[in-house]
Amino acid sequence: MFDWLKNKTYPDFWNEYVHHFKDKKEQELNTSRFVVFDTETTGLHIKEDKMLSIGAVSMTGNVIDVADSFEIYIKQESFNTQTVAIHGILKEGSMVKTEEKEAVVLFLQYIKDAILVAHHAAFDMAMINESLARLGLPKLKNKVLDTGILFKKTALCKDQNKQYALDVLCEVFHIKKHDRHTAAGDAFITGLIFLKIVGTLMASRKLTLKDLLYNRNRRGLL
Amino acid sequence: MTNLIPQKALFIYFRIMKNTIAERIFDFLKDFPPFHVLTKEQLLTISKNVKVVYLQKNTYIFKREEEIHDHFYVVKDGAIGIFGENDNVLVDECDEGDIFGLRALIRKGNYILSAKAIEESIVYSISSELLEKIIHTNVEANKFLIASFATNTRNPYSNEDKGTLFANVESLQKDESGFTEVQSAHYSKNPVTCNADISIKKAAQTMSAKRVGSIIITDQKKPLGIITDKDLRIKIATGLFSIEDNVQKIMSSPVITYPEDITVAEAQIAMLQNRITHLCITKDGTPNSKLVGILSEHDIVVIHGNNPSVLIKEVKRAKTAEALQYIRSKAQELLQGYIEQHIPVFFISKIIAAINDAITQKAMILSIAEMETPPPTTFGWLAIGSQGRKEQLLLTDQDNALVFENVAKENYPETKNYFLSLSEKVTHKLNTIGFEFCPAKMMASNPQWCLSLDEWKQQFNTWITHPDEDKIMLCTIFFDYDLIYGNKELVDEMSESIFESIDTYEIFLNFLGLNALKNPPPLSFFRQFLVEHSGEHKDQFDIKARALMPLVDAARLLILSHNIKDYNNTVLRFEKLAEVEPQNKDLYTSCINAFKILLRFRTQQGLQHQNSGRFIDLKSLSKADRLKLKGCFKPIKDIQELIRVRFNLSQML
Repeated sequence: MFDWLKNKTYPDFWNEYVHHFKDKKEQELNTSRFVVFDTETTGLHIKEDKMLSIGAVSMTGNVIDVADSFEIYIKQESFNTQTVAIHGILKEGSMVKTEEKEAVVLFLQYIKDAILVAHHAAFDMAMINESLARLGLPKLKNKVLDTGILFKKTALCKDQNKQYALDVLCEVFHIKKHDRHTAAGDAFITGLIFLKIVGTLMASRKLTLKDLLYNRNRRGLL
Repeated sequence: MTNLIPQKALFIYFRIMKNTIAERIFDFLKDFPPFHVLTKEQLLTISKNVKVVYLQKNTYIFKREEEIHDHFYVVKDGAIGIFGENDNVLVDECDEGDIFGLRALIRKGNYILSAKAIEESIVYSISSELLEKIIHTNVEANKFLIASFATNTRNPYSNEDKGTLFANVESLQKDESGFTEVQSAHYSKNPVTCNADISIKKAAQTMSAKRVGSIIITDQKKPLGIITDKDLRIKIATGLFSIEDNVQKIMSSPVITYPEDITVAEAQIAMLQNRITHLCITKDGTPNSKLVGILSEHDIVVIHGNNPSVLIKEVKRAKTAEALQYIRSKAQELLQGYIEQHIPVFFISKIIAAINDAITQKAMILSIAEMETPPPTTFGWLAIGSQGRKEQLLLTDQDNALVFENVAKENYPETKNYFLSLSEKVTHKLNTIGFEFCPAKMMASNPQWCLSLDEWKQQFNTWITHPDEDKIMLCTIFFDYDLIYGNKELVDEMSESIFESIDTYEIFLNFLGLNALKNPPPLSFFRQFLVEHSGEHKDQFDIKARALMPLVDAARLLILSHNIKDYNNTVLRFEKLAEVEPQNKDLYTSCINAFKILLRFRTQQGLQHQNSGRFIDLKSLSKADRLKLKGCFKPIKDIQELIRVRFNLSQML
């Protein structure tokens, strides 16, 4: 009953997003749509810092579909000059930029019910959820995988207690570090890492999506 | 808060957005053929639609017999093995930047080979439909794909000469070199004219009598109109008008007039704009002044000089070897232009051969004139080797021979001496013209190769029935002869005797077969070019010995084995073979394509480095050229395999 009342107050784009989860179809590793994403932010504080950009690619099975990718830059009110050095995203750059709300709307339209993948996903999830909260909306409903945690399931991981940065994984998997610190570039790299981790795990045993999602509650960066 | 962005707006929105990933893919593809010739926009469209495929070691991208995908592939990282009938036969290995699975471009049927990751790999998969759309408008890319396609997959679809695939756009757009455009055009003075009151028949008679293709109708020397051959064809021969009608009925009027100082460029533009082939030149450039000449499209072509028929006419007019040398150098320029304009190489070789033949014939005529007496009997001057096959594009050594009619024993020494001194003159002239003396002295001035018909027959018979390595080598040179000047009957008899001798001693073909396999396929197992190991050309690739000769040798052997006469050109031989062995048509077609590509390649290299083009420094080649070259080796391997099996050579090796 409450759900129904609540629904009334949510905007259409949210209802549409939620609608994708209605159909409780079984998700499989080989056939499900994964969205690998990354956010660039003004800092590491969930509450105070804002997203500068969101980048994402989608993949199904072992194929990344470049045509189905996402890259958006967000206009800023608060601005932290220190992070500009890393991201190269200036407050009034030449890039086409979007209001935060519009960016989140587009992101929801893009991800649908895909399984989200990110490196140290907890942080990126928190940033998006915080942004949703500012719009008076609940958290993302998607399943989430963290390449930082998945890596620890492989034999390539030497130290279970260490935090493995994206750069380190690039070296482990021989991936060229192009476009690091752009959200889309990092998302693409994370996508390749994800494919390689899954490939490595599959080489040693039969793997299902459930295996990957297991112990997903373990925290990454936060 | 209902602020949903409509789908269409969303689409436009994304189009103007930055696309970091696509740009990264763009940066990778742009260095590799055929993508390097696409425009930025074309390649970006492709990059945006790439699918990135990750492959574990030993996973298949496609298998033999599998229905073809609507994508083809480019290797980003790792290595993909292309396998034949079973997985043990590695046909090809593709690494960074290599394309595979191009069969997808045919869009029907099944794969004939399997593709499997032989190490962990990332490949880009590209929609064949998208590429097709793009290559339709990109001739360069089209050509590359066709070339690699032809040679890799033996698809008969890919004939180098097919106009639509090899659309000759560049030649139309090509900037003419030199300053001919601003020269004033040489028009024909004293144009053929007639009055306005005569009949069409009368005008046509005048044209015929004066051997011209056009006549200008004048009134008090001012041009009124013009009738060309085309008018007679379209307006008279079709019955639209009677030949007794007045010329004014069919003349084109008014005429386009220009003053005497019209430049070549102006004339060309005027003709293009007005879609006409003739301009009238008048005193003041208007139709109201006196007609002084006519300028035809043909005159323009002659000025530009890139016309083989003009060169051949000049050959006929030449009176010295030096004049011929100049003409041959013009032919060299013509050759360069043709190569740059991507004119089909078979067509080019025909033209160059025609010019070379004309020059040699002229050298003969000049030499005979210098002799004190006419030839004592009939004879034939033969071009042998590559000139005999009409495959000589660059200026290389001269190889020739002479056959004269059998004479009575007592007259023999005198006759032979006559032809030897004649040959001496001819070979010297050819040397002056630019065909250097053959270092191995395979020239008619050598008493060994200036023989009577019976001597030749005897010689061939000895070669065929007592073959050794040297004699086989001589066969490969002398069996490819072509009569340039003289008595054709003598040559026919020579050919006849060759086949008779082979008939009596068939094992000769096996020896010839062994010789054809002398040069192994030019790639090592792991796709490295086999280069020269020592000597002056160390580490260079010998395109003649390793790639062209195996095809030439194979074609000769097979055509001789079929008893087919008068096919002395490699392409024609393979075409004929495809006809008599339809079951091997694909293979022979792919040999033709490979041969054409290789010949063009050698010619390009030769022109570029001002040498014979024989030795190629692989490092100087672009990836595209290396791929193209490599692609030609597959048919060589296949034809050698066919010869090995057909002539049971495994036993002899």
